[in-house]
Amino acid sequence: MKRMLCVLASFALFGAACTAGGGSKEPVETVNPSGSHAPVTLTVWDYFTERELSNLTGVLNQFKQQYPWITVNVVPGKRPIDFVRGINAGETFDVAIDSESTNVPFYCSTGGLVDLSSYLQADGTDLSTIIPPAALKYTSYQGVQCTLPLLTDAYGLYYNKDMLAAAGFSEPPKTLSELTAMAKKLTVRNPDGSLKVVGFMPLSTFYENTNMYNGNAWGTQWYQEDESSAFGTDPAWKDMLEWNKEMVDYYGYNDLQRFFQQLGGPNSEWSSANGFEQGKIALLYDGEWRGTFISDDKSKVDFGTAAFPVADDKPELYGSGQVGGTVVGIPKTAEHPSEAWLLVKFLTMNTKAVQTLANLLGNVPTTFESLKDPKLANDPLFKPFMEIFQNEHSYLLPLTPAASAPADLFADFQGKWEAGKVSDLQSGLEDLATAVDQQVGLG
Amino acid sequence: MATTLTAREAAPAIRRRRPRSGRFRRVAIVLLFMSPWIVGFLAFILYPMLASLYFSFTKYNLLQPPEWVGLFNYKFMFLHDPLFWQSVRNTVWIVLFGVPVSIVFAVGTAMVLTRVKVGSGVYRTMFFLPTMVPAVAATLSFVFLLNPSGPINTILRLLHIPQPLWFASPQWSKPALVGLSLWAIGETMIIFLAALLDVPRQLYEAADMEGAGPWQKFRHVTLPMISPVIFFSVVIGVIFGFQYFTQAYIASGGQLHLGEPQGSMRFYAVWMFQQIQYSHMGYASALAWVLFLVVMACTVVLIKASRRWVHYQGGFR
Repeated sequence: MKRMLCVLASFALFGAACTAGGGSKEPVETVNPSGSHAPVTLTVWDYFTERELSNLTGVLNQFKQQYPWITVNVVPGKRPIDFVRGINAGETFDVAIDSESTNVPFYCSTGGLVDLSSYLQADGTDLSTIIPPAALKYTSYQGVQCTLPLLTDAYGLYYNKDMLAAAGFSEPPKTLSELTAMAKKLTVRNPDGSLKVVGFMPLSTFYENTNMYNGNAWGTQWYQEDESSAFGTDPAWKDMLEWNKEMVDYYGYNDLQRFFQQLGGPNSEWSSANGFEQGKIALLYDGEWRGTFISDDKSKVDFGTAAFPVADDKPELYGSGQVGGTVVGIPKTAEHPSEAWLLVKFLTMNTKAVQTLANLLGNVPTTFESLKDPKLANDPLFKPFMEIFQNEHSYLLPLTPAASAPADLFADFQGKWEAGKVSDLQSGLEDLATAVDQQVGLG
Repeated sequence: MATTLTAREAAPAIRRRRPRSGRFRRVAIVLLFMSPWIVGFLAFILYPMLASLYFSFTKYNLLQPPEWVGLFNYKFMFLHDPLFWQSVRNTVWIVLFGVPVSIVFAVGTAMVLTRVKVGSGVYRTMFFLPTMVPAVAATLSFVFLLNPSGPINTILRLLHIPQPLWFASPQWSKPALVGLSLWAIGETMIIFLAALLDVPRQLYEAADMEGAGPWQKFRHVTLPMISPVIFFSVVIGVIFGFQYFTQAYIASGGQLHLGEPQGSMRFYAVWMFQQIQYSHMGYASALAWVLFLVVMACTVVLIKASRRWVHYQGGFR
């Protein structure tokens, strides 16, 4: 029996060792584009599908014209977990295009995506002169630049011009107290007391509000200097949640839930049933892509865009917001890393390529040069998002290798808080901080 | 001194060798035919189980070598992870309420169907059809039906009955899931139907002669006779209940809303899935092993307890 157990244990350890990933840093070779080359096929794993995939393919054709010996084979619809599994299994894809910048710390700290600094050095590229700091921040982790940005999202305020005008407002709100007052005045109830029009939907589960409650408008700090969670120590969290509760209580938690479900629930965000597009919500927190959706859905809402209002005691934050978007990197299992670097460079730093994709996808371009795109920069509805991206206070919430775990724990806590299930906010936030630290420690 | 064996003396030795080589050949043939299964079992069941047992004592993120942490993951699970206990409570709820309600409903439906004389095939098909619908499609249908402004609430409004928020309400989300499981009860129902039709008529006739009423006949004839099927359904129901995932994933709104509202649909498997997403493979492995042990323990308890209430025709167990 003892021998049997030893055999089983050895088997398990051997198997585990076989499964465990490892890897060493390969010496960097760069390709001389003007030399002669043998044909190379790059395999690109990306998350784009359907219309967005055909847009990407168009840009990849430009790459093919520039580097005729390189063929690009795109494998679409890949999710973050697919990249991890692929690298773990030794799949030889050359470029990873991931929709979620929240995974960057994981890729950088584990070496799953290679550190690009050697390539940048070899090319003599100074990223700080090409890419705005907010994007450099969310594409690197602890000094390791393992990804580069391929367009970004920027979050701001959409407002229904007709509704604001009818209520006597000529400007969108700039502070949270203005937003609160405006939202209350814009709200309309049915004769039975249910909500007909909501001035501003405060539920954390509503559409993109999860991103709003990452706290840019309140200037929240996610981590302290010692990298432990700041939920229990930064008073901005308490301020934000109290505002959240005040708004929810004004409408009534159940009334808001019923209103949200009547719109069609979370799925209505991505269809013409969207509350803002239907004229049932006057003020909406959303990303820059909403303008394209409004146009595609043929909504008749006359709308304007602006930066999201900020806490009354932090006016300097106005104009900023959350940013973060698609990232591109080279997996450590890449078969042709040198050619892959050419493609990464092209997709993230070639002005024409970035501008083409930004216009096609309706996202914010991510280089200083591409931000000068006349079509995007002169579009009054899109311009605020270009400015939000370039604002010095804009950022994506600080990330850890635990990816979305801290944000998920916060969302869970906030869900209970706004439903009135948390009696002591400060104590709850301190417990949350402990839970976040423990989750991060599991990685 | 040389000896010579006579044919008679040598015969027993030959006879002994023949059966041994025959047995060996038979074992080899059996093993040969079983080898696809054996290889499959070793490679896809035993090895992953043992590897995950090892990982459960490590910090492991798939991309770096595992780091041995002893019992840390298990201590964290039981002592420090509030969402673990939330997921346990939700899962126990679905097992304790969902499984019995489903079985009672399946037995009831099957009993009604045994009494249908005309068009019984049509009714059986109708009740079985929902089982053919994929879980994702069925759940999405229920999300539509149970929308606060959907058909069910419209009917409730007309009847002046309060209209719950169903999947948007922490109080009603799990009952709504149970409702969904009742709609797709076809598989269990069809097994009960077969069991009910298999109960010997003579037993009911004997009960009639003894003056037994409908309840007594059900209690003392039907239930004992279908008890093996009830036992089977309970075991399968408990196992699936502990692994409840797909319907909760879809009904809560998918990837970005896992477990909502207010964690009421964060079942054990959902929480384990989230840990895999965070690349906490060590902790996820520990969760998987606890689940395995709990399911195993429940199954053993059910099997032990079944000796008291499960009746097998002819006394076979």
